Amino acid sequence: MSNPPDIVTGETEAPGLGIPGAAPPGTPGDDARRRTHDLWLTGTESPGEMGRFTSEGAQEMLAEEAPPVLAAQMGSLVGDDYAVAVVSGTGDTQIINMGPQHPATHGVLRLHLELEGETIRRAKPIIGYLHTGMEKTAEALTYVQGATNVTRMDYMSPFFNELCFSLAVERLLGIEAPPRAQAIRVLMTELNRVASHLLWIATQGLDVGALSMMLYGWRERELLLAFFEKVTGLRMNHDYIRPGGVAADLPDGWEDDVAAILDEVPRGLADYVALLDANPIFKQRTVGVGVITPEECRAFGVTGPILRAAGVAWDTRRAFPYSGIERYEFEIPVGGAGDTFDRYRVRLEEMRQSLRIVEQAAAAMPRGDYRSDDLKVTPPPRARLDQSMEALIHHFKLFTEGFKVPPGETYQAVESPRGELGMYLVSRGGAKPWRLHVRGPSFAHVQALPVMLADSLVADTVATVASADPVLGDVDR
Amino acid sequence: MAGPASPPGFLTATLQKAVNWARTRSMWPATFGLACCAIEMMATGASHHDLGRFGMEVFRASPRQADLMIVAGRVSQKMAPVLRQVYDQMPDPKWVISMGACASTGGMFNNYALVQGVDQVVPVDVYVPGCPPGPQSLMHGILTLHDKIRSGEIVR
Repeated sequence: MSNPPDIVTGETEAPGLGIPGAAPPGTPGDDARRRTHDLWLTGTESPGEMGRFTSEGAQEMLAEEAPPVLAAQMGSLVGDDYAVAVVSGTGDTQIINMGPQHPATHGVLRLHLELEGETIRRAKPIIGYLHTGMEKTAEALTYVQGATNVTRMDYMSPFFNELCFSLAVERLLGIEAPPRAQAIRVLMTELNRVASHLLWIATQGLDVGALSMMLYGWRERELLLAFFEKVTGLRMNHDYIRPGGVAADLPDGWEDDVAAILDEVPRGLADYVALLDANPIFKQRTVGVGVITPEECRAFGVTGPILRAAGVAWDTRRAFPYSGIERYEFEIPVGGAGDTFDRYRVRLEEMRQSLRIVEQAAAAMPRGDYRSDDLKVTPPPRARLDQSMEALIHHFKLFTEGFKVPPGETYQAVESPRGELGMYLVSRGGAKPWRLHVRGPSFAHVQALPVMLADSLVADTVATVASADPVLGDVDR
Repeated sequence: MAGPASPPGFLTATLQKAVNWARTRSMWPATFGLACCAIEMMATGASHHDLGRFGMEVFRASPRQADLMIVAGRVSQKMAPVLRQVYDQMPDPKWVISMGACASTGGMFNNYALVQGVDQVVPVDVYVPGCPPGPQSLMHGILTLHDKIRSGEIVR
């Protein structure tokens, strides 16, 4: 969008939310074309300015409206659209509500949008509609059971949640998964990244009106889900990567399945490029929409494809390598504009790079055990249970009491399809975590939505929210 | 309509059959995707599994146009009033499928945050087990609901 209008601080603004330091519109000191972004960035530490994006102001303003306006906004007074505009009287802004039950909010995200005409002046995400209490639940489950819990957090990338949890537990235990387990982990997580991005591209296409993209994206994704089901037994929520290794070895004939995926998915990607890259409608809906700058990304803790689309080559796989991912060759795609279209291009390239890693991992899959030989962590093989009383007791104790983890705390991060997924794990020497805190990438992205949405059009909301790719299970947990 | 004690006559029985047939053949679900199950619900509606075979591919964003609510995922305490409101906005006759362990019973999350079964909020017709249920499971649940409607009476 070029030349957005000035920021208008309406009378309905909640007290204390004005912008100190910024000259009032129209005075000589005012740079009339400054965007809301710039104002926010001039003094990020001041709570008064932060409040513009984060306060509960939108709700306060709603309550201050006259009863007829309030009734019209809440939908209890249904009248002529034009009549409502007259009733509002002030002529400044109106607040509309989007979600939590809305097809384009990718789950149960709720947004308050303060509109001036068709332009969004402020946006406020409201979260918590999918709060499941998983961090608390994690304290009631043993480390053996923990992966089952965390895999349901970011349900579009279950392998990453399990991997992050398992790596954190392994670090506290001081053990390392054997080479084959590490290669399997890299293989499965990178395939998961492709599956997640495929779903993203399908829904992004759907949200900006390219319905065929939805069907094509799912076509390739089913291929990957079929492979996941073959390996883990489930299409989602696998509980496959566990502390000490993985739950089972790769099934017979997995090489053929991976080869088929490596053959068909790039063909699908070429289809998407042909559909979207030069599509004038898609470009009009995405180029220059939902812009976020690298400075804003840093201020809000935005990571992953959004940060890379803004031009920062930051990838947890490079910065803090895990599971031997530093041994594989891949590139980090970087955009420049930081808009929705750049995010599309970055994610598309990420899929290609992930397939490159998958190819290398499949070609150089080491032989050996798929789980640690530390008998305190790894259950005895099934065949031993029929022969040895001790093995049976050991198996029983491992799955009822779990294993004890030495006291300590650790932070482990992995690069999930959405960004830096981190888990902070505290052990007090028991068989259950004392505290598990999750740093969900979607959480940071949702809090950056007001910056991306400020001064854009209502219709761009859907494209921007889709390009941020928030998974509400990751936000609310 | 005949009273509950007397069996339906020829006319009412034929009408009942025709109406029930019509109801099962164009059942429009409201999108009520919440969590993991919503992804599998999308998979069921998308290209590979194609709910269009049952006349059900039109997921309506507005509850006013829908007659089936598939509650796909975990229902938090905060979401429950919204769920009820969406259900109340649907026109009669309406049905509810509870998809997945969390929606049916709270699943593995027996804690402060989740409603332990969506049947505490809305009446449920069919429960689909699984975590998440695969597309085949959901389709089986949908066909079970179709059977239930076909064999039932017009007025509940």
